[in-house]
Amino acid sequence: MAIDIQKVDGIVSGYEQSEESLLPILQDFQREFSYVPEEGIKRLGDIFGIPESRIYAMATFYKALSLVPKGRHTIKVCMGTACHLKGAPFVVEAIERRLKIKPGQTTEDWRFSLETVNCVGTCALAPVVVIDEDYYGGSTSENIIKNLKRYT
Amino acid sequence: MDHTKISTIEGLNSYREKILESKKNELPTVLVCGGTPCLAKGSRQVFEAFKREFNAQGLAGSVELGIKTTGCQGFCNKGPLVAFADKDIVYMGVKPEHVPEIVEKTVKTGEVIESLGYRDPQTKKWVTEYSSIPFYGHQKKLVLKDVGQLDPTKIDDYISRGGYSALAKAFGMNPDTIIDNIEQSGLRGRGGGGFSAGRKWRSCKAIKTDVRYVICNGDEGDPGAFMDRSIMEGNPHAIIEGMIIGAYAVGSNQGYAYIRDEYPLAIENMKIAIEDARAFGLLAKDILGSGFDFDIKISRGGGAFVCGESSALMRSIGGNVGEPRAKYIRSVEKGLYDRPTVLNNVETWANVPLIITGGVQGYRKVGTKGSPGTKVFSLAGKVVNTGLVEVPMGIPLRELIFDIGGGIPKDKKFKAVQTGGPSGGCIPESLLDLQIDFDSLSDAGSMMGSGGIIVMDEDTCMVDVAKYFITFLVGESCGKCTPCREGLRRMLDILTGIAEGRGRQGDIELLEELCDVLKWGALCALGTSAANPVLSTIRYFRDEYEAHIKEKRCPAGVCRALITYRIDEDKCTGCTVCAKKCPGKCISGEKKKPHIIDANKCIKCGVCRDVCPFDAVIVE
Repeated sequence: MAIDIQKVDGIVSGYEQSEESLLPILQDFQREFSYVPEEGIKRLGDIFGIPESRIYAMATFYKALSLVPKGRHTIKVCMGTACHLKGAPFVVEAIERRLKIKPGQTTEDWRFSLETVNCVGTCALAPVVVIDEDYYGGSTSENIIKNLKRYT
Repeated sequence: MDHTKISTIEGLNSYREKILESKKNELPTVLVCGGTPCLAKGSRQVFEAFKREFNAQGLAGSVELGIKTTGCQGFCNKGPLVAFADKDIVYMGVKPEHVPEIVEKTVKTGEVIESLGYRDPQTKKWVTEYSSIPFYGHQKKLVLKDVGQLDPTKIDDYISRGGYSALAKAFGMNPDTIIDNIEQSGLRGRGGGGFSAGRKWRSCKAIKTDVRYVICNGDEGDPGAFMDRSIMEGNPHAIIEGMIIGAYAVGSNQGYAYIRDEYPLAIENMKIAIEDARAFGLLAKDILGSGFDFDIKISRGGGAFVCGESSALMRSIGGNVGEPRAKYIRSVEKGLYDRPTVLNNVETWANVPLIITGGVQGYRKVGTKGSPGTKVFSLAGKVVNTGLVEVPMGIPLRELIFDIGGGIPKDKKFKAVQTGGPSGGCIPESLLDLQIDFDSLSDAGSMMGSGGIIVMDEDTCMVDVAKYFITFLVGESCGKCTPCREGLRRMLDILTGIAEGRGRQGDIELLEELCDVLKWGALCALGTSAANPVLSTIRYFRDEYEAHIKEKRCPAGVCRALITYRIDEDKCTGCTVCAKKCPGKCISGEKKKPHIIDANKCIKCGVCRDVCPFDAVIVE
């Protein structure tokens, strides 16, 4: 997948050239491109004068960053303690069966990416599924499949 | 309101009076909860409905003054919540269609609409006053006093409620006196460790250097904890005020707020608050004419639990992989960029203005001798009332779970309460009268942690809970030290074996041995405290481990390899819903006759139990 290198430059130029800026820049890449592209890592290394390996280490360490593109919609199933107790594992499995992907994967038509997250901090709504920016509380293996239909 | 930079303490006071004068409003201000759970339940639509109604009726007092979106009002499972400024009224489950009636009655005439209040399950009576609702009545709100009362994106709201007056007072004090006060107040780190904040500040100050840092740890990663998120979302200025006071006391000119990437609203509100504080002259150069310079940068976390550990967090701010280091030298001596650094958690910082304003004696009136003050908890799990609560240190667990929490739903039996997240443990029924403070929880084999309280009922399997936490920790271990990287994996292997019916004699002892290795050998607190979920469940629920190992039985009916699904013939009406929804097509039966699950084909996905309208699916 080719990316617009001007967008990379646009993001990088908005930051002070210091190591403190590395993580925010990578997070902006993630937001802009839905992943951290290889070209972006190379370019950032060139501009900042730091080895690609160093940036790559960060891109693989932080969970908010991904090296592969994400689908149009991201499904985050909360696996926090309250959600676990109230049946989150059943909810993930129902989505896995319906979309035929595992957490960390994206459907072939790029419609959905599935992720499990450790806690979104809305335990009162457990089990919670967050699709893009929308929070779905009280999820079950049944109602979550219906909710998926709202996203094309 | 228009403003210019406030450059003196007198200027702050007269500005406050000006706001109070201009905000005199004949009608009570409507407070719509804008915490994440209420937003998820549609509070934004309720807010919009109020705006439309106010505009349509051309009510005296502008929309700006009449309605506010606030931070979390606490009673999350009853949202969307609506309250009224300075009135003892709270409405629950408010929908846009209720709004015209609320405006007509409560806003205009002060009439209370009882049916929008809380229905006491015992007395069956509707109540709308905070004090009559047990969930609120047993709380003591100090840190959360303004959360839910003010608009977190408006600095005027904070100033008008006395905000930044603690800072003004602090500027009139000697920095060492401030440290004395914080130390004597007995404030202990609310992030979990419980270390004396005053001592931390003093050690940092004692180092001779030209640069020191203060950091706010907002990387609240414990599953089941959302206290810090609610404070950052609901009253960001209290944190900033605390940080400025701390920085002034220790002599630091640069602060950082490290906030979890999963909390977009918290990042947004903190950002607005910092910018506003700067515009008002409460941050940056020569704050309130004191000659003291201080500013705060926001660092977004990257979604790594280990970054909640102080040395990993500091490496992460510096643009590195967030791996902890051995702490022979504490971060108060060599922290961020190897400079002396004070790192405190969100709630700890928010306590600082309270101590300065109320004084040491005032602060110590609440709480216990060893753990003064209050603690904010997030109450969740198998409990009737879930949400954000603040209670005095030292209240018994029973009061928190049964009086505030309303007990266990569906008349199930209480089994355990988990405190402290992955670093804490499970406390059984026999210890329900335990007082909640830093020391008694540690003695019971758990810990305060940051304040997540997860209630578990009889349907919870304690082996599964231990396995859950170790799975979490395996995923979050940074891999730098061997005991954590390898030890946790071995523990998970053993726990998985037990849960899948492959448990052997000696497994429990082996787990205990591995826990010991972690406790003594791991590099950081993630590893050293990882033993707690396993050791505490073994200590209090050993019989459950033994049932799995010896009898290959999961008493709670959770561990899938050890259970079967069956349909209760007496309850099944033959509605066929389960058969239609079963992904494995293993349910058969004629219409209007009891159905049967083919146990050999069943994948135990739980769908039939979810969809059955008659609760006829039994797990054994």
